[in-house]
Amino acid sequence: MSRTNQPPMTSAQLEAARRARISRRRRFFSQTYLWVLLLVLYAPIFVIIIFSFTESKVLGNWTGFSFHLYEQLFTGNAGRSLNSAIVNTALIALISALFSTLLGTLAAIGIYNMRQRDRKIINFLNSIPMINPDILTGISLFLLFVFLGISRGFMTVVIAHIVFCTPYVVLSVMPRLSKMNPNIYEAALDLGATPMQALRKVMLPELFPGMLSGFILSVTLSIDDFGVTFFTKGSGGLETLSTFIYVDARKGGLTPELRPLFSVIFLTMFVLLLIINWRAERGNTKKQNNDK
Amino acid sequence: MQQSNYIIEVNNVSKQFEDGKFALDNVSLSIRKGEFVTILGPSGCGKTTLLRCIAGFQVASSGDVLLNGEDITQIPPYKRPVNTVFQKYALFPHLNVFDNVAFGLKLKKFDRTTITQKVKSALKTVGMTDYEYRDVDSLSGGQQQRVAIARAIVNQPEVLLLDEPLAALDLKMRKDMQIELKEMHKKLGITFIYVTHDQEEALTLSDRVVVMSEGKIQQIGTPSEVYNEPVNCFVADFIGESNILNGVMLEDRRVRFCEHEFDCVDTGFGENVPVDVVVRPEDWYIFDASDAAQLTGIVQSCIFKGVHYEMAVLTPNGYEFMVQDYHAFEPGREVGLLVKPEDIQVMKKERLCNTFEGEILAGNKVCFLDADWDIPGQVAQQFEVGTKVQVTVGFNRITLEDHEEDGLLTGVVHFILYKGDHYHLTVRTDDGEDLFVDTRDVWDDGDRVGIVISPDNIHVSPISSEK
Repeated sequence: MSRTNQPPMTSAQLEAARRARISRRRRFFSQTYLWVLLLVLYAPIFVIIIFSFTESKVLGNWTGFSFHLYEQLFTGNAGRSLNSAIVNTALIALISALFSTLLGTLAAIGIYNMRQRDRKIINFLNSIPMINPDILTGISLFLLFVFLGISRGFMTVVIAHIVFCTPYVVLSVMPRLSKMNPNIYEAALDLGATPMQALRKVMLPELFPGMLSGFILSVTLSIDDFGVTFFTKGSGGLETLSTFIYVDARKGGLTPELRPLFSVIFLTMFVLLLIINWRAERGNTKKQNNDK
Repeated sequence: MQQSNYIIEVNNVSKQFEDGKFALDNVSLSIRKGEFVTILGPSGCGKTTLLRCIAGFQVASSGDVLLNGEDITQIPPYKRPVNTVFQKYALFPHLNVFDNVAFGLKLKKFDRTTITQKVKSALKTVGMTDYEYRDVDSLSGGQQQRVAIARAIVNQPEVLLLDEPLAALDLKMRKDMQIELKEMHKKLGITFIYVTHDQEEALTLSDRVVVMSEGKIQQIGTPSEVYNEPVNCFVADFIGESNILNGVMLEDRRVRFCEHEFDCVDTGFGENVPVDVVVRPEDWYIFDASDAAQLTGIVQSCIFKGVHYEMAVLTPNGYEFMVQDYHAFEPGREVGLLVKPEDIQVMKKERLCNTFEGEILAGNKVCFLDADWDIPGQVAQQFEVGTKVQVTVGFNRITLEDHEEDGLLTGVVHFILYKGDHYHLTVRTDDGEDLFVDTRDVWDDGDRVGIVISPDNIHVSPISSEK
């Protein structure tokens, strides 16, 4: 029997080895957990993207690599109703986001200048539409339009989207306002600017980043929405992407061109998110450098 | 029409906020062309509100503000030929230095070359010549302050308002900026109205100092006037260090305090009138006890302060004085103190006792300060129930309790004045009334106390017809 040359481990060394083992194991589990979670989250999207490069009518059937669906989508041969749904979705999203941003920014400035107690109340009221389920917002707007005798269509959808997007804009502009030096508005007045000029030349540039994120948020919320749109679009044949897909799926299977469309939307959002994060990052480092 | 040489006149201006509190209480102030006036006071005294009324950010509840004899009370800030330098600079973060300074000029539609020329000269005045295209966020506090000043003076205002402009700077920087401001004032020749809570800054910079407290002007005078001849205890206590004592004016030029009679230079108080006496710590002569001494005492503590030593001297009859001298006298040493007649400042007492309006209630009680107090039966029986009476309570007849529940009334210690052998406290009741209490106990500003007055110490008298 050969004896090892190594001296026996002291108890301290044993303890250290044990701890190292435990920490390795811990790291392994936490890493695995993270990757499994990400896989579950993104797998459906990857499936859609992969199968957007094949012609198969049924999802899950690989019939060889092809750009055919993309061609169909971009040349407008995917069907008139899909095309008009895309156009409607984009128009509704942009118009309602624009109005929400204006309305929400002005509201935020007003709320910010209120007395503490009133501000709390309004902030609370502002948060209700955000936690309110879409179905409730949708039905109540539907009833309101019926009650007022407004015929439902493009306009009512836009109005409804403005209604549920505006609180989010208020919420994203507020932090910019509280961070702002309260004297700069007065400084502008002091230098001879009328209240309108002070708003345009000093307040808006200062609030712009908050307004931009509010705008982007509104666009995504609007594109995303089904519940509210469904109840306010009326029966005039107006379809947005979400309602189109709903009808389409009920008719039996998804139109294959939706797969490249989803891929394009996902990619656009992904790039948009990267840009926003990159801007925020750059802003932070700039601030840090200046502080030095 | 009379052409007054006052550029700013504030006439009986009051400002009441929504919660009913008065930030300004009947303030009147006249400022001459080209003057450097400082409004000095502790935080919350209304000094910034006064400045904001002149700038136009706040509108006075009553009274008016005149500029060159014209009423500007209701004119919005952007139409007033005054410019403000804000406490936290308030530069526009999205504009660079040049555009910040040019902001006012661009609004006034000057042409490009004029703007460039004016901005350059303003930046030169504040010593920021090479910073035109820098981001304002990249500047230090002192540099931002300079840009803020340049942004204001480039518009050539008739009056420059400065709201604690140096408060955010460190001590060394502040001293340098003080000198520069003073020079800038000389060079530009415009009127400066400067708000600060720093008494040293006020004395260094100004032609005249306006001392404010609780929304009221306490004293207006040159720096040496407010320092050497304060009109009341607040001013004496707020500006510089001081020994404030109760005294009695025996006759003209003769005052008694600390159980000793002193010669002084004040006249016109009458005979045997209670007064407040102020002696500045640096005005005491301190030496080894000898016959020349007016007072003797034992040194209690001695602290080195850089230029001088600060000593606390306790006299045998229990009065404590703060004394400053270049020479140190170690604790325990017996010393003599002497003060020259002209260094004794005598002030009229603002009040001799607490006076309230009250009403006699049934059951030997009197109601004042919104509370029902017991009084001795034989006193109450002299009045019919429901009679309005005048209630007086001596300063030293009020007891303060640690536990609020022990008092009939509760309040907060609001202002503390050390008077050599006791503290003179202002206690503000929860209803906002002030009560003055003499005590030897040590309380802190902001302490909550219960207020107790024994029935024997409440003096009730019929309301005198002359008011």
